[in-house]
Amino acid sequence: MSQSFDEITAQLKRRHRKSARLKWMSMGALILAAAFLVVFIGDMLVKGLPAFQQAQVQVEVSYTEQSMQIPPAAVNDEVRNLVSRGYLRLIPGRMRDNPELMGTTRMEWVLADAEVDQYLKGHYTRLSDSQKRTVDRLEEAGRAELRFNTRFFTSGDSKMPELAGIASAAVGTVLTLIVTMLVSFPIGVMTAVYLEEFAPDNRLTQIIEININNLAAVPSILFGLLGLAIYINFFGVPRSTPLVGGLTLALMTLPVIIIATRTALRSVPDTIRQAAFGVGCSRWQVVRDHVLPLSLPGIMTGSIIGLAQAMGETAPLIIIGMVAFIPDVSTSFTNAATVMPAQIFTWAGEPERAFIEKTAGGILVLLAVLISLNASAVWMRKKFERRW
Amino acid sequence: MNQQNADIETRPTHKHERTPGEPVNRNEDANHELSVRVRDLKLWYGNNQALKNINIDIYQKNVTALIGPSGCGKSTFLRCLNRMNDLIRSVRIQGLIEMDGRDVNDAKMDEVALRRRVGMVFQKPNPFPKSIYENIAYAPRMHDLVSRKAEQDELVERALRDAGLWNEVKDKLQEPGTSLSGGQQQRLCIARAIAVKPDVILMDEPTSALDPISTATIEDLMDKLKKQFTIVTVTHNMQQAARVADYTAFFHLGELIEYNDTRMMFSNPHTKKAEDYITGRYG
Ligand SMILES: Nc1ncnc2c1ncn2[C@@H]1O[C@H](COP(=O)(O)OP(=O)(O)OP(=O)(O)O)[C@@H](O)[C@H]1O
Ligand SMILES: [Mg+2]
Repeated sequence: MSQSFDEITAQLKRRHRKSARLKWMSMGALILAAAFLVVFIGDMLVKGLPAFQQAQVQVEVSYTEQSMQIPPAAVNDEVRNLVSRGYLRLIPGRMRDNPELMGTTRMEWVLADAEVDQYLKGHYTRLSDSQKRTVDRLEEAGRAELRFNTRFFTSGDSKMPELAGIASAAVGTVLTLIVTMLVSFPIGVMTAVYLEEFAPDNRLTQIIEININNLAAVPSILFGLLGLAIYINFFGVPRSTPLVGGLTLALMTLPVIIIATRTALRSVPDTIRQAAFGVGCSRWQVVRDHVLPLSLPGIMTGSIIGLAQAMGETAPLIIIGMVAFIPDVSTSFTNAATVMPAQIFTWAGEPERAFIEKTAGGILVLLAVLISLNASAVWMRKKFERRW
Repeated sequence: MNQQNADIETRPTHKHERTPGEPVNRNEDANHELSVRVRDLKLWYGNNQALKNINIDIYQKNVTALIGPSGCGKSTFLRCLNRMNDLIRSVRIQGLIEMDGRDVNDAKMDEVALRRRVGMVFQKPNPFPKSIYENIAYAPRMHDLVSRKAEQDELVERALRDAGLWNEVKDKLQEPGTSLSGGQQQRLCIARAIAVKPDVILMDEPTSALDPISTATIEDLMDKLKKQFTIVTVTHNMQQAARVADYTAFFHLGELIEYNDTRMMFSNPHTKKAEDYITGRYG
């Protein structure tokens, strides 16, 4: 006897209910995840966006013989503590560079002290009541305001929050990642090509395979220890430099690239290989002319994701000395440098209130770069895929 | 050897003592210059023997069809002829495959050189994901058969004409080969194979993924191409074998049961097994 539609429908009800429940649960999970993301980004924006603005005050600066000797003497008593000490220290240098300044007195917009900056942004500040009144007066007269903080993007770290910027760390990150890519991309791709297209399927290659997969799961700090032991202690690569940092991160990125490349190679249909062998390609020609071009988008995407991971890494760099105070922007692979996440880490440990917003600002910059890297991965995938 | 003979129920049709590898009956219309000589060919996938003592003479400028039930080793045998089995790691081969006086499996034989002379067309059309032009031009350029651009253009046109595809694609040579219909793609693959001027073209069920009209086009094409090339084709379609082949070989469980003139094979097969298979009595 076959069942009637009504009987079948009655049975189906339970199944439908179950699938509806599952659907709502997964929707809930998605909403929760999205909510976390929104809260996180929102918090970073609220905390970090003020870092892109910096207080400036308009004061009278007198370029005299005395200012040359004792820079703080260039501004009068009342505003002396409201002007950045770091800025005052630069005055003698400026006078040396521009001799025509000597003997003049000018009204100038100068960098304010971090405390003034915090006061103008409505945060807690250590300014005395009379200093606060002075700032209020200057503000009313239009002589104190928040302006875009170019210095944050053009200068290196500083002990004075109003002078500290992300530039040295950003350049350090770029240099480090150049080394990482130059090392891990060719080695990773060639390793994957060998394992996937050339290697015999024996014990040895199986062991290598398993180990590469395990390598991807090793805690990153161990790569730092490895870098310290091999590069610094054994090969004598100078510590704290983009060179050693890049080499260390390359160890981490390598398994990611190898795995991504192998997946991309495996997704090329075997019929393409057969066609190529069938017209008399050697193994290398099959790979170079047919398999690699087809797997390139996958390889690129994987590599960029590996790069993005390396970019966010701090732990291994602590060990090789890249979490350091680097005030100067250096463009050499062998000078001491730091990277963006390390800079964020350093700032997060500073006691001054003003560094909180620097930390969040640094995170925003790092996020922006990461997002654009990932976007370029997506773009690249689209572009190459569209060819056929 | 003896066991194989015991399987074959011989009938009194042959007139002279045959050497192993010769067809049971000669097709008097066919060419009989030897192209490939196969003697005592055995092949194993790991421990599983897929080919047992194959002896066959394949003649030049003919179509030779390989038929037989699924899994009997037709594709395996075909792949031996251009050493595509080398790509399968577990394969072990014994015996002689001789072409132009040389043992194909000899250590000194370069499989790339072999595949230049023995081209292949696969069951599923597999054009390169490149332009129609590049699909044809790639291999000749790789083998240094052309030096100038004009020569290359000419060769592409000739291959496409020979494959009967020129009129359909001449205005869109730069479009991807994968944008063509299945039947056109298969002819593109044939054009790609003949572009390097091979001696032998192997076809593994070249029409099984195609509609009847495309199939007929390819069958006509095979008939034309055999003036220039030796064609060995696998097919599950008895009518196709009967239509296009000069000689037909029937495989069963890794053995070559009967190699015969196509007309005789389909009208008066020499062995009981071949007869059962052809008349559809075989499962
Ligand atoms: N790559 C391989 N690895 C192991 N065994 C294989 C492989 N290819 C084929 N075989 C085995 O070899 C035997 C012959 O296979 P083959 O593909 O040559 O048959 P066929 O006659 O072409 O069948 P079909 O008509 O279905 O294409 C089968 O038993 C099959 O299981
Ligand atoms: Mg087959």
